[in-house]
Amino acid sequence: MTQIFAYIPFKNGAAEDVALEYPSAAKKIDEGASLTAVVTGSGADLDKVADEMTSIYSEVIKIDHADLAYPNAEVVRKVLVNIIPTDAIFLTAHDTFGMDLAPGLSVKMDSAYAADMVDFEGIDGTTLKAVRQELGGAVSTHVAIDISSGVVMTVRPGSFAPVDGGSASGAVVDKSGDAGDLSAKRKFLEIVAAEVGDVDITKSDVLVSVGRGIEDEENIEVAQELAEAMNSVVSCSRPIVDAKWLEKSRQVGTSGQTVKPKVYMAMGISGSFQHMGGVKGNPFIVAVNKNPKAPIFQVADVGIVEDILDFMPELTEAINDL
Amino acid sequence: MEILVCVKRVPDTAENEFELNSAGNDLDRDDLVYSVNEWDNYAVEEAIQIVDKVGGSVTVITVGDDESEEVLRREMAMGANNGILLSDDAFEGSDGLGIAAILKAETQKGNYDLIMSGAQADEGAGQVGGMLAAMLDYPYASLVNKIEISDGKITVGREIEGGNQEMNEMDLPCVLSIQTGINEPRYVGIRGIRKVASVDIPVKGTSDLGLDAANVGEAGAKTKRVDYFVPDTGEGAEMLEGSTDEIIEKLIEKLKAKGGL
Repeated sequence: MTQIFAYIPFKNGAAEDVALEYPSAAKKIDEGASLTAVVTGSGADLDKVADEMTSIYSEVIKIDHADLAYPNAEVVRKVLVNIIPTDAIFLTAHDTFGMDLAPGLSVKMDSAYAADMVDFEGIDGTTLKAVRQELGGAVSTHVAIDISSGVVMTVRPGSFAPVDGGSASGAVVDKSGDAGDLSAKRKFLEIVAAEVGDVDITKSDVLVSVGRGIEDEENIEVAQELAEAMNSVVSCSRPIVDAKWLEKSRQVGTSGQTVKPKVYMAMGISGSFQHMGGVKGNPFIVAVNKNPKAPIFQVADVGIVEDILDFMPELTEAINDL
Repeated sequence: MEILVCVKRVPDTAENEFELNSAGNDLDRDDLVYSVNEWDNYAVEEAIQIVDKVGGSVTVITVGDDESEEVLRREMAMGANNGILLSDDAFEGSDGLGIAAILKAETQKGNYDLIMSGAQADEGAGQVGGMLAAMLDYPYASLVNKIEISDGKITVGREIEGGNQEMNEMDLPCVLSIQTGINEPRYVGIRGIRKVASVDIPVKGTSDLGLDAANVGEAGAKTKRVDYFVPDTGEGAEMLEGSTDEIIEKLIEKLKAKGGL
């Protein structure tokens, strides 16, 4: 029988949403597979999450150790190599922890590796067929993975339907004694909190959000004028912050702010999953992009194929004339 | 400090509209514009800045075909001292583990204190750096957006969710994958490229690296791309068409209805 293990990330005693998504992913891999949750950490937070997971998973492996209090990928990897059978399927989220952990884990497990899975199409013999994206979401690919010696995979958060908690009545298995040697060449020091900016984009019902299509720092003003006409504020995607044209606190995305506006104006934004991961609450999304194949048009409610540098001033003027 | 930076020649996502070929199983590659992977420029810039401070040299390396030499020259024009091209027909079709194994073989011939790569490239996997580190038994940190080096110790900041930064202290040698925004990569002009146009870039293949062709390339790959496709994503956006005035009129009506105005 196929054995699938899913690593549960958590913060402050609460599991990340992906914990509810692994069961759907596991079913798509192999309907008959066993699915085991793996939780590592320390103390009361860990116990709380492990207990919570028993309502979703029939088996929950818990590893409690002071050195696991903060999820240092190198330390967690050492534990997992001791706990997970070498021919198993191991899932973790394609997030900043999973990206830190998983590639090296596949080497230490001598397993195949596949990243950022968005769909699975089942196992044929020892081949797992799966779907992922390339080129910032512009194209999808089918991949065939030889899982005869196991596989480590990251799954994209939000890609698999969440199951209802409470569907299982599982048991916690404490394997803290099997953790082994946890000495590491990388030491966690501290978290430096994100800087607070002059404008809180999370408080605005409407966001005029700009991406690469803005082309030049001087053009930010064009977006600013549209934002003022709409009584809103300007937010942006990552390249604009990388270029230092706007401050980090204005960035929408998994590595920036999570926003829940009513209306989201995506201006010259291609629509990578990292960016859209920060747009929550199902807003009305207007996308303007001169590339008709931009992935943003797949998730937007309304799409307009135009150059934002021509379109935004005209829209601003029309709104001001209302 | 001897620094090795792994780079890759990729289709430029800002310059291309991607279409499938007529068979529908690959990209139409005839008119694709290629460039160096965006993340790699940040890694090379960071390496140059470190060497400017503490001394040493920067070597850029890639696994690819003859045309990949141009990205090595571009990074050398930025200021990298040496380039190495790992190229062999047997490398074609390698998965991430294959690429990491090829890089490992060359890495072990040098004496590098620090190995860097971009946080991810065209395939969006972000895998090679972490694999290379594990193969070498070096510590690894991904998504690095800050590096401080003093007294043989390296402190790195990782970009984690919500714009927060996770600070770590690491032993050297180590492997880091570099996130965009860590610095502002310098501009490379035509003159800079010309200056390094005749610099010798060694090309190494399977036998030079002591690799078994069965373990790399398509033969050794456990994860293989079967095809490319454009997913059926349902309806997608309602596309507003017509003159700009007509589009704006329709858009304003919708924005009013949805609370945008």
